[in-house]
Amino acid sequence: MTSDVRERTLAKRLFSANTLWIALVLLVLIAVFGAIRPDAVLTTFTLQTTLVETSVLLVLSVGMTYVIITSGIDLSVGSVLVFSGVTSAMTMNAMNDGNATDAGWGTVLVGLVVALVSGAAWGLLNGLLVAKTGIPPLIVTLGSFGAALGAGQLISNGSNVSGVPDVLSDNLGTGTWFGIPNLVLLAAVVTGIGALVLATTRFGRYTYAIGSNEEAARRVGIAVTGHLVKVYLLAGTLAGLAGFMALAYFRVASITGHDTDNLNAIAGVVLGGTSLFGGAGSIVGTVLGVFIPAVLRKGFVIVGVNVYWQPIAVAIVLVAAVWFDQSRRRARNQR
Amino acid sequence: MAEPLLDARDLVKHYGSVEALRGASFTAYAGEVVSLIGDNGAGKSTLVKCLSGAEQPDSGTISFDGRTISLPTPTAARALGIETVYQDLAVAPDLDPAANLFLGRELRKPGVLGWLGVLDKKEMRRLATSSFGDLGVTLQSVDVPIGSLSGGQRQSVAVARSVVWASKLVFMDEPTAALGVVQRERVLDVIKRVRDQGMAVVLISHNMPEVLAVSDRVEVLRLGRRVARFRAADTTVEELVGAMTGALSQEDA
Repeated sequence: MTSDVRERTLAKRLFSANTLWIALVLLVLIAVFGAIRPDAVLTTFTLQTTLVETSVLLVLSVGMTYVIITSGIDLSVGSVLVFSGVTSAMTMNAMNDGNATDAGWGTVLVGLVVALVSGAAWGLLNGLLVAKTGIPPLIVTLGSFGAALGAGQLISNGSNVSGVPDVLSDNLGTGTWFGIPNLVLLAAVVTGIGALVLATTRFGRYTYAIGSNEEAARRVGIAVTGHLVKVYLLAGTLAGLAGFMALAYFRVASITGHDTDNLNAIAGVVLGGTSLFGGAGSIVGTVLGVFIPAVLRKGFVIVGVNVYWQPIAVAIVLVAAVWFDQSRRRARNQR
Repeated sequence: MAEPLLDARDLVKHYGSVEALRGASFTAYAGEVVSLIGDNGAGKSTLVKCLSGAEQPDSGTISFDGRTISLPTPTAARALGIETVYQDLAVAPDLDPAANLFLGRELRKPGVLGWLGVLDKKEMRRLATSSFGDLGVTLQSVDVPIGSLSGGQRQSVAVARSVVWASKLVFMDEPTAALGVVQRERVLDVIKRVRDQGMAVVLISHNMPEVLAVSDRVEVLRLGRRVARFRAADTTVEELVGAMTGALSQEDA
């Protein structure tokens, strides 16, 4: 009898899991585009470019998943990415008389540390304001969204910073390892660690608990304030890493082009089944959610659909995903 | 009777200009169920918060196990073996019953993985299943979000959580409020079982027949002060209501 109960639960769980549906949507998209243009879609080149173009966004989205599971939001990630890229590139240039193009690994390592610390600093500021002052995360990170971009522009005088070391661009930026782009490998490692920590550790458990019922978490003695600071710190640090990755890939610290990174990351996370109300979600879902817009864009280009349809298609899937989550919650809370 | 387990004297608590407790006293002995009753606004919830570390009294003394103590946080109270079932349950609806049972007390895997913070979910689930079994809590599954269970089952999990971890004293603020008849009986059974293990159970309830059925003693609060104490066997619903409304009071309470 017991096994009967278990079996039903497993089937039920599988069908009620948002992740399964999102995975199906992604597979259907790939199948449809593949059926229309099998010669162009199902190639190593298409796969590689899609993965590389999505790597930076994926790293941002891993941090965003943690934040959204605590029922928070981080609008600042794109600006923090820009800020970290600028500070990192300018530090590397400063170490090499203004142009780091021919610099060695020492410079690159310092640049990485500067990017991570820059991101962490913004994350810490976000976290302290959210956890200690009670200002809504939306407002706190809307503030740092503007401030981090402004600070980046102030430091760089409003222009892009070039002079990125060739060893960085050639290895991390465009290098491959057994055919897999290094940038993708790095993103995969970050995502894998992020997924394991969230799903198996106490840190992950507390992240869910705080998002599910902050007061309950507080009453059982979880250090809610400290944990929230750590979660925003993580999101900021990953934004710093994403800034460094973008730097390596584009060979320039770009000021523009990251205005909607925050919204793209949020869309990916929510598409992946993570609830904006907090308490539920997964990194696996986020990976799928991030690739849906990417596959749509790539697919539309290849099959010749006007690419401006992409945001519209993403919007429809996004709203449907949130609607699904909301009706699921309402059904549950009625009991 | 023996030395009291918990003895609070002359607790005062202000919220701004509102005086929630005006020199309230409260006593609980090991191995008894004592009910704390009073009309709405009498200060029951505030008193429990002060005695479980959720709030700090402005003045007054609390002694526990013969020592004078202070309870700056709920964690401090828990370290002394005091647990609380809150009226609003305080469970995480998105987590499963086992995760809620172990919330804040997660077991970690042995060795390097545990040092990295990896949880031993299997062991927690196993222990949770056996604890729920011991307490007569029936759940279809221990791995669905607790929010998808019925109100009564949620309540049972909240009660089980406090009972499993308490070693000396459990506060229960309206633990049967949302329950059906069968589940109510079950919770009352659990209360008695916990008492028989030698713990003190403090029950807060508005249901007078239930109070008389399950308690050994009853203490009455009125306007932030203890106004009467009864042995449950020697009193009646009328007497309790009289004490709650001020029609009856005892000099030495």
